[in-house]
Amino acid sequence: MLNHTVNLWPLLGVAVIIVGFALRAHPVLVVVAACFVTGFAAAMDVPTLLATLGAAFIKTRNLPLILLLPLAAIGLLERYGLKEHAQASIARIKSATTGRLLIVYLAIREVSAAFGLTSIGGHPNMVRPLIAPMAEGAAEVRYPKLPDTLRHRIRAMSAATDNVGLFFGEDVFVAFGAIVLMQTFLLGEGLNVDPLHIALWGIPTAVTAFIIHAWRLHRFDAQIARTMKRMAP
Amino acid sequence: MIIRLDYFYYVLGAMLLAIAVMTLRDRHNPKRYSSALFWGLYAVVYLAGEELPPMAAGALMVVMALLAGFGGVALGRHGERTPQERQSSAARLGHKLLLPALAIPFVTMIGSTLLKDVQFDGRFLLDQKNLTLASLGCGSLIAVAIACALTRATPVQALRESRRLVDHLGWAVVLPHMLAVLGLLFSEAGMGKAVAHVVTSYIDMDLKLVAVAVYCLGMALFTIIMGNGFAAFPVIAGGVGVPVLVGVFDANPAVMAAIGMFSAYCGTLMTPMAANFNIVPAALLELPDKNAVIKAQVATAVPVLLANIALLYFLMNL
Repeated sequence: MLNHTVNLWPLLGVAVIIVGFALRAHPVLVVVAACFVTGFAAAMDVPTLLATLGAAFIKTRNLPLILLLPLAAIGLLERYGLKEHAQASIARIKSATTGRLLIVYLAIREVSAAFGLTSIGGHPNMVRPLIAPMAEGAAEVRYPKLPDTLRHRIRAMSAATDNVGLFFGEDVFVAFGAIVLMQTFLLGEGLNVDPLHIALWGIPTAVTAFIIHAWRLHRFDAQIARTMKRMAP
Repeated sequence: MIIRLDYFYYVLGAMLLAIAVMTLRDRHNPKRYSSALFWGLYAVVYLAGEELPPMAAGALMVVMALLAGFGGVALGRHGERTPQERQSSAARLGHKLLLPALAIPFVTMIGSTLLKDVQFDGRFLLDQKNLTLASLGCGSLIAVAIACALTRATPVQALRESRRLVDHLGWAVVLPHMLAVLGLLFSEAGMGKAVAHVVTSYIDMDLKLVAVAVYCLGMALFTIIMGNGFAAFPVIAGGVGVPVLVGVFDANPAVMAAIGMFSAYCGTLMTPMAANFNIVPAALLELPDKNAVIKAQVATAVPVLLANIALLYFLMNL
């Protein structure tokens, strides 16, 4: 399909990604292969492509800070029993279940993000040291022989809960980057929209997402109970 | 600015360099030379930063990717304490252990809200362009200091522990970074125009419901490809949202924008391309299946996406 106004060749980069992930090739190699294919499709030569990649690599080096900087403190605390402490604390609360705990965390994460406090939570500094061990601990109190498969599902659900809370909370906050991006974009298209309206119209989805995920977490407790029952007749 | 983001680049660079040296000296790491080279090269990215010629940085990124992709980055041995030792120190220190962990979000929050406008001698305390990251950097260092004081461990031990965690993450550390590079390259190569062209020229959007569905699903799909909702939004909103939903069906632009961005986020929940939200946590939580977090999210993302189509359909003409 030849088109004189739009260059469709860069779509090859997307094809590389899809094929690469489908073949379960190493993700890092898939990404670099996609970089090369996209660059060549856009008619870049090798030096230009390397320079483009390099400039982007340096420019985006702020991204890993949020993951790597907290690790020293978290690692040290783990050495001195932070996970064990989190598990022992949750074991003392008799009514705590994995699902209920994660629903409370979802509510805190989403509401605080909606007020712009997105730094409460996060995978390296909250989920790994505190939330996942507590969610696991709450299940372990009821079922001491928790199998690894279930343990892994509980951890994955803890990470998922952090993401859902963050994503559907932050967009309700007026000063969040995404709102600014949307308003700037609309202004460029000749539509003058109050950022507050964009934030407010996010609320129906934010509430829907909370209800759907909380309901899943509620059912998660029943799923854990069913799996354990099947294992130990 | 008194506290600039650059300082934390140097901190991270020094940390990665220390990890490289420790890896080089770890005889239990089966691939200690290539692993040390990998972390050493990453240290260069942070220590040299903008001083690095772009072409050299690009070559460095490719070498790192090849090292990681062909299994050159391996796990070393770490003097871990036994569960009994950890339990007894947990019992001894109790809730005090939470103090440094909560200091990270607490300081980040205070820094990016209350200390935002604080100035000394006409200079801002915190990097104005990178308020959250600069605050997070301060929070992390303060947390290390409190943790060392509390446990009487040395900062060197903190470095060893960060090596333990970074080692467990392995190549997952650099995946989000390289995906961000790919995202920039995609937009430079005109990916947005190509996708918008394909979507708008092959689908008939005379029905309001079809147009709304194409818009929401397009947002999610394009985010799945790009791994980032911010990259998808201008493309799909520019290709379908403004011309069709607002132009033809008279939608309220605020509703169109808000629900469109949330549809993009549904895509983020379902893609390995959003590695920092989906793949890195799986590595952090030591899950054998790297897609486990995505699998846990699909059953939330799909219903929310469908709900978005319904919400947009009914709310956009109110």
